[in-house]
Parts: sequence; C-alpha cells; structure tokens
Amino acid sequence: MAASGGAWEAVIGLEIHAQLATESKIFCGAPTSFGDAPNLNIDPVTLGLPGALPVLNRRAVELAIRLGLAVGSRIDRASRFARKHYFYPDLPKGYQISQFEEPICVGGQITCDVDGVEKTFGLTRIHLEEDAGKNVHDPKTGRSYIDLNRAGTPLVEIVGEPVLRSPADAVAYMKAVHEIVVALGVSDGNMEQGNFRCDANVSVRRPGAPFGTRTEIKNVNSFRFVGRALEYEIARQIAVLEEGGAVVQETRGWDDDAGVTRSQRGKEEAHDYRYFPDPDLMVVHVDEALIDAIRAELPELPRARRLRFEHSYGLSAYDADVLTQSPARASYFEAVAGGVKDPKLAANWIMGELLATLNREGKDLEASPVPAAALAELIALIEGGTISSKMAKDCFSAMVADGVAPAAWVKQHGGQITDEGAIQAAVEAVLDQSPAQVAEFLSGKEKVIGYLVGQVMRQTRGKANPQQVNAVLRASLEARR
Amino acid sequence: MNTFATAGELLAALDAGEVTSVALTEAALARARAGAELGAWLHLAEEQALTRAADVDRRRAAGEPVGALAGVPIGVKDQIVTRGIPTTAGSKMLAGWVPPYDATVVERLHAADAIVVGKLNQDEFAMGSSNERSAFGPVRNPWDPSRVPGGSSGGSAAAVAAGHVPLALGTDTGGSIRQPASFCGVVGLKPTYGRVSRYGAIAFASSLDQIGPFGRTVADVARLMGVLAGPDDHDSTALRSPVPDYLAGLGGDLAGLRVGVPEEYFVAGIDPEVEATVRAALAQLEAQGATLVPVSLPHTPYAVATYYILATAEASSNLARYDGVRFGHRTAERVSDVADLYAKSRAEGFGDEVKRRIILGTYALSSGYYDAYYLKAQKVRTLLRRDFEAAFAACDVLATPVSPVTAFRLGERVDDPLQMYLADIFTIPSSLAGNTSVSVPCGFDGAGLPVGLQLIGPPLEEGRVLRVAHAYEQATAWHRRHPGEEGA
Repeated sequence: MAASGGAWEAVIGLEIHAQLATESKIFCGAPTSFGDAPNLNIDPVTLGLPGALPVLNRRAVELAIRLGLAVGSRIDRASRFARKHYFYPDLPKGYQISQFEEPICVGGQITCDVDGVEKTFGLTRIHLEEDAGKNVHDPKTGRSYIDLNRAGTPLVEIVGEPVLRSPADAVAYMKAVHEIVVALGVSDGNMEQGNFRCDANVSVRRPGAPFGTRTEIKNVNSFRFVGRALEYEIARQIAVLEEGGAVVQETRGWDDDAGVTRSQRGKEEAHDYRYFPDPDLMVVHVDEALIDAIRAELPELPRARRLRFEHSYGLSAYDADVLTQSPARASYFEAVAGGVKDPKLAANWIMGELLATLNREGKDLEASPVPAAALAELIALIEGGTISSKMAKDCFSAMVADGVAPAAWVKQHGGQITDEGAIQAAVEAVLDQSPAQVAEFLSGKEKVIGYLVGQVMRQTRGKANPQQVNAVLRASLEARR
Repeated sequence: MNTFATAGELLAALDAGEVTSVALTEAALARARAGAELGAWLHLAEEQALTRAADVDRRRAAGEPVGALAGVPIGVKDQIVTRGIPTTAGSKMLAGWVPPYDATVVERLHAADAIVVGKLNQDEFAMGSSNERSAFGPVRNPWDPSRVPGGSSGGSAAAVAAGHVPLALGTDTGGSIRQPASFCGVVGLKPTYGRVSRYGAIAFASSLDQIGPFGRTVADVARLMGVLAGPDDHDSTALRSPVPDYLAGLGGDLAGLRVGVPEEYFVAGIDPEVEATVRAALAQLEAQGATLVPVSLPHTPYAVATYYILATAEASSNLARYDGVRFGHRTAERVSDVADLYAKSRAEGFGDEVKRRIILGTYALSSGYYDAYYLKAQKVRTLLRRDFEAAFAACDVLATPVSPVTAFRLGERVDDPLQMYLADIFTIPSSLAGNTSVSVPCGFDGAGLPVGLQLIGPPLEEGRVLRVAHAYEQATAWHRRHPGEEGA
C-alpha cells in the first residue's frame, strides 16, 4: 500500500470508548443493564430533569485508575469534570459531562505485536465521561424515537497519540487495548452492544512533512471495520491529493456494505463546545492509599502472561496464546504445570483432552469435571511410569464420567506392567503362538512387529509398558534368528 | 389565630390543642386566595396540603411523635420541584410541568411535618430583582401594591409579609432572598453555599444557587433553617459538617461582638434614607454592646460584573436542557428539522431577561473569549473571597445595607437591565464569596417602605448571624409592624 511504500505515509490516532463495568450509571443510581425495554433505566438525573444533580460513581473512578495504572499512565491526584455543550435529542441536558483540561489519567503506552514485530504506542490521556442515549429512526414511518437507557452510562475515552502508521498498526493497537480492558475487568468489551468502539483520526503526508489535514471516522465497533475503513480512507485521501485536491477536515462514517467512508458533518458545522468546569461536581481527589490498593490488585496483563508462559514454561507462542485466552485457563494451566515435571505435557493435556471434553460437554473451565490438581496427578502418574499415555486416556475418561481420582483408578485397574520378567513371559507366549509372523520378521519384513506388539498388549490387557514391550520383542526375535 | 402569628406561636397552639393544622391550612389557603391581587402564588396545593394537615392532626392527637414544624403551613418558591405539584420556575417553558420527584428540601419539610400549601411566584428562572420577570404576572409589594416586592423570590417575601403563611422557601443566587426580604420587611437567610442541598432546586447558576428560609422573625427562620440544612447524597456540593441547633443557639447579648462596617457599602448612589436607617441600626448594635470596626472589601466594585459573567455562563449551560424534546414547552408550529424545533420552542418558551442572560453567558464561554471573561471572573471571585477572609480576621460579622434603595415602582426599572443589575450590588459579593448572610428589618423610609439590614458571617456561621440578628430584633420593634395594619 502507498502509505508504507514511501510515497505517502498515513498518520492515525484512535480515540477508543470503553463502557465501564459498573452496576449503575456514572452520575446516578439507575442501572446500566443492556437490552431492556426503552427508557426503563432512567431517573431524574438521566432525564436531565430540572433540579436534578449528578453524583459521581466511585466505582467508575476506581476502574479508570485501574486501567491507567495498567498502561503506565500518571494518575492525576486532582482531576475535574467539565461540561461539553451541544444540542442533540439523545443528550438530555444539552451538555455531556466529560473531562477536558484535567483528565484522570495522563500518558501511558500500549505494547503490541504488529505482523510479528513488537511496537509500543503512546497514549495522550484516559478520561471519564458519560455516554449519550440513542436515537432510533423508523424509516417506515419517518419517526424518530429516543431511548435514554444508555444515557449516563460510564465510559473511559482512551486517547492515543497520532503515532499509528498503518491500518495494521491501528487494528493491533485496538485489539491490544480491548484485551487489556477485558482482562482488567474494566469493561466487558462487548463490541456488538457498542461497549467498545472507536473514532479513528487519519491523515496522510509525505514522510517527514508536517501532518496533513485529517478526517475522523466515527463510531467504528469492529476490528475488521477499522482496518477496512482506514485502508479505504487512506487511499481516498491519497487519490484526492494526487489529483491536486485538498482533504477536507470533516467527520466521516464507515459504510461496510458499500465499503466506503461517507462525509457526515463538515468543519463549517463544527461545534464550539463551550467547555467549562462542571460546578455541580467536586474536584476528584485521588489519594495514595486508593492508588496503592488498586495497584496491589492489578492482575498480570495477557501479553505479559503470554511472554512469561513462553519463557518460563518453554511453550510455543501458539500454546502460550491458547493457554492465556482467559485468566481462568491461564491459572488452570499454572496449577497443573506446578504439579508435574514437564509443563509441555500439561499444555498438551489441557489443549487436547481437557478442552475437547469441555467443548463436547459445553462447559466452562470453571465448571470442569476434572480439577487442576486431579489432572496434575494423572500427568505425574504418566511421568512416573505408573501408567501409559493410553491408560491415562482411559483414566481421564473415567475421571470425566465418574469423577474418580487417578490413584483410585490405578488401584482398581492396576498400573502399568513394567516388570521385565512378566513382559518377557508375555512376549515368549505370543511368539510361540505366532510362528508365521516370527518367520516374516526374520525374513526382513520388520513391519510385522506392530502386529506382535499389539498381541502382547492384548495379552497384558493394555497394561504393559509399550516401550519395554517393543524392546523385549526385538531382543526375543533376534534371539530366535 | 392571628394572621401574623409566628411559626413558634402556631406550634405552641397546635401542641396545646387550641387549633388544628387543618384549620391553619384552610386559613392560609383562604388568605392566599383573598390576597390573590398580590400575585404571590402560582399554585395552591389544597388537596395535598389538607390531606397532610389531617394526617398530622391525627398523629398529634394520638400522641405519636411529630416533626419540628408539625402542622405549620409553608409556601415554596416555584424554583423548587415538588412531586405531583406543578412547578414552573416562573417560566412559560415549564408551564404545566408536574415533577415526578421532590427536592431534598421538600422531603425535609415533609419529614418535619410542615404543610406545603402552594408554590410561590418569582422572576423567571430566578433571573430578576423585581419579580416583574415572571411569565405569570408580577408580584406586588404588600406594603404598597404599586411597588415591587423585590426578586427573584418576590412571591415568598410577599406571602410571608402579607401573613398568608408564616414561613416560605426561597432561592438566592445573587441576592434573591435578601433583597425581597428587605423590600417586604421580613427576615430572609442566604445560607453558606452548600449548607442546604440544591437537589431539586431548578438550576440558575449552580456555583451560587442556595435555597434558604423566609420568616417574620429570626427565631422562625432559625427553626426552619434547622430543618433544611445538612448533607445530602444527591448533591455533591452539599457540605458534610454537622448542623448546629440554630434555634437553641439564639439568645445572649452582643457584648464584645466586633461588627465590621465595610466602607465600600456606604458610597454614592445609596439612597440617603436607606443609609440613615442602616446607620441607625449600626448605632443600635453598638448600644447593645457591639464594637463597630471599619473594614474594607476593596474588590467590591468588580463584584457585579464578575457575577454577571459567572452567573450567565452557568445559566446558559443549565438552561440548555429546555429544548422542547422531553419536557416543558414545545412549539406547536411546523418545524423543518430538530434544530428548528429547538429554536422555536426556546424562542417561545423563554422570556426576554432569560434570553438576554443565555446570550451573555454563551458569549462568555465561547471559544476565544473564555479566558478573558469566565476565567478572569473566576480569578476576581477568588479575590472577593479573600476580601471577606481578611475582613473576618478583624470582625465577627459584617453589617451593611441589603439594597441601596427601598422597593421601587412596578415598571420603573424594567427597561433598564443595567440599573436593575446594580440593585444587587450589596448582596452579590457575599454570594460570590459563598458565605452566609441574613436580611433583617431595620426600619422604614419616609414612604413607609421597609429597609433591611444585612448581616454577613463567615462560611457556616449561620448560627452567628442569626444570633446577632435575633439580638437586634429583640431590641427593636420593626418586626412587629405589618402591612395593612394601623401605624404601618
């Protein structure tokens, strides 16, 4: 693409809105639940009724701090809310309460891999604000309706520096932010419900030149759309410039069906938001004790955990990725790996038998019929030679079906036969009963040994150690040569 | 009962079984109807009031515990929302609106078993100093119906002065309790910013608005203030400090009290009769043992300009919600789009003074002007606050006129907004500083119109200003004169 080809360079900055995972709205007690009948989750504050006043939801502040600490922001000890004014039917007060000059989190960075290359992108700020409601247009009747259920739900706006240089950068960055907010429990990240969405600012320039005129693609709520919209918009801007035209600073929307961005609002209609500090709300003072308490509860972020799994457990990048898909899966793995010699064996069992079983039974890991300790016990039995891998699979099935403990299963079914004499006896018996196969082997058709191993295993009802059986068989066959 | 009986006297009579709350409520409603030509009331909540009164009577008769104002009728400024009772803030914009919730102060009145008999007229959205800016007609001064009662809480002051009710709630942003109290010869307290919850007070200028009590005596005001004050989970700006017993705190003399007299409040432009009356009140305080201390509040000349930037800026924001979409007035005309709906609804719903202030405030907050106006005004506000802090290092309270003039005639100033704004010159500084001040009757001018004395205290010193006002009141007889009575 031209943007990375030298002739033109894209400059992209994302403003990501994530809905905070609070029970109630940011400035009142109305619930934040999704999917209710329109205008159910409202109260005087949500409606902006005369006389109603906002009271800040402490949980929203804590979640914003949690995110800020996780991405290395400076937490402002005294941040402030401001009013941002514009008229729109879904904005009940005629202004949105947001943070303007004094946001709660300043700076920070997001590290992610773009096509296998590690990159770090700076953040400008993270601030708290309230969401607006929703206008619903009925094309059949031409009527418009307003649903204020969403109005006043708490958001963080994560403002990135204009340091992304390609749609691939932007998609990787957005995915990384999504992964972090979900891992922290700051947001459920549900993109279909609009709980995680972004505005993409993009311009193009000759490398080294000052920033070009930018356009803003509003309200994109999928990773794929962001990539496609940016690809289109960059190409569009380059075409405009190469034809001698000028990019118009404006807001555009992505139409995924048509695969184009369209102008929504030009600069001539740009708002003067008339920001000023909201006199209804106090300065948000954050003390060290709160910051320390939140910092102490910060979980390991998924990317850090992936890297640690690769380095500490010697896992492949793929295995580390699969095993860190959820905090539950990662901690399950660590519990199992802690009880066995070979972490890779633990990884294989979890990614193989366990996930297949859970998948088949439609269960979450939290509801696994096989606790981590039991799986570790089973793997340790394999490692200790008490049972073979094949026996372990039978044992595992029993564990899933009846919840039987591995030790009990071994007690009932007997362990693996590793006694040299017993194996030798079984081998001799099979060889005595199979003169034709013995002759075949001795004539050079060594593949027949597979059949003979099978016979010995059958004789021992599957319990003989297969490696030993193999070795003893070869030795005995050679002895008959 | 006597028309001008105080709340304290009514409570004693109720407790003694000499009168019922139903009888008092019916009498209040009858006086309000008989005095309708004053224009003080916008709505009488007869059914709700009588139902509550009957309930209080029943509980009192049964010996059940009752609240601090049990059975006493009270009027509420229409700026304050009342569940199930129409609330307009004096604006066509809210004509017919019935709030689904009660302001915190109204909940507190109900908890104290006071009887809300109705809603009181006011300047539209509390913007005005004469009560000529109500969309529902002016309020007249009970002492002289050709004159204004002051504003914006003109209905509250007039209803109390005329004896319709012993108590009322008002709101004060730049003087809207004190100035009408002064014009109508009653007591009005502007509490410290944050002492009374603003939840349910329709916002004019959020950093200045305060709800406060009106009464005919300082003791009644102290009693009502005790019901209103205190923290509120619905208002982040409500102060958490404990509430003293204002009523029990009254009494004692003024020996040793240092009364600051700010030179900037006795300047050219003040009516000589007002000045003479207030100076006589200062002499009275001195005679009661107080020491007069000359002090200076040097930034006073900038207060009115500062106020009209900050208050209008906040108003332009607070009034953005009246867009004709969810509640309030919506144009009946055909509209081309949603912007047209806003424009027509707001053009029809708001009166001239409100529009003037929205335009001024919008300008002050505009990109490119914010620093020169809003930010600068905030800095001056800080200087004004420091003026008071410095003054209170040398004195316990400040004593000043409330208004440079007594009640003027209806129509006299209505076409001169600047002159109207200047009428609040002595009340605005205290509002900007966020401290507390009370207006107490201190005499009459030659035309028989009341003059008010303003006592200003440091933040949260409501008890102190009420104590001084009470001592002054007990040594004088101004509060015993009522409009329409012999000698008035």
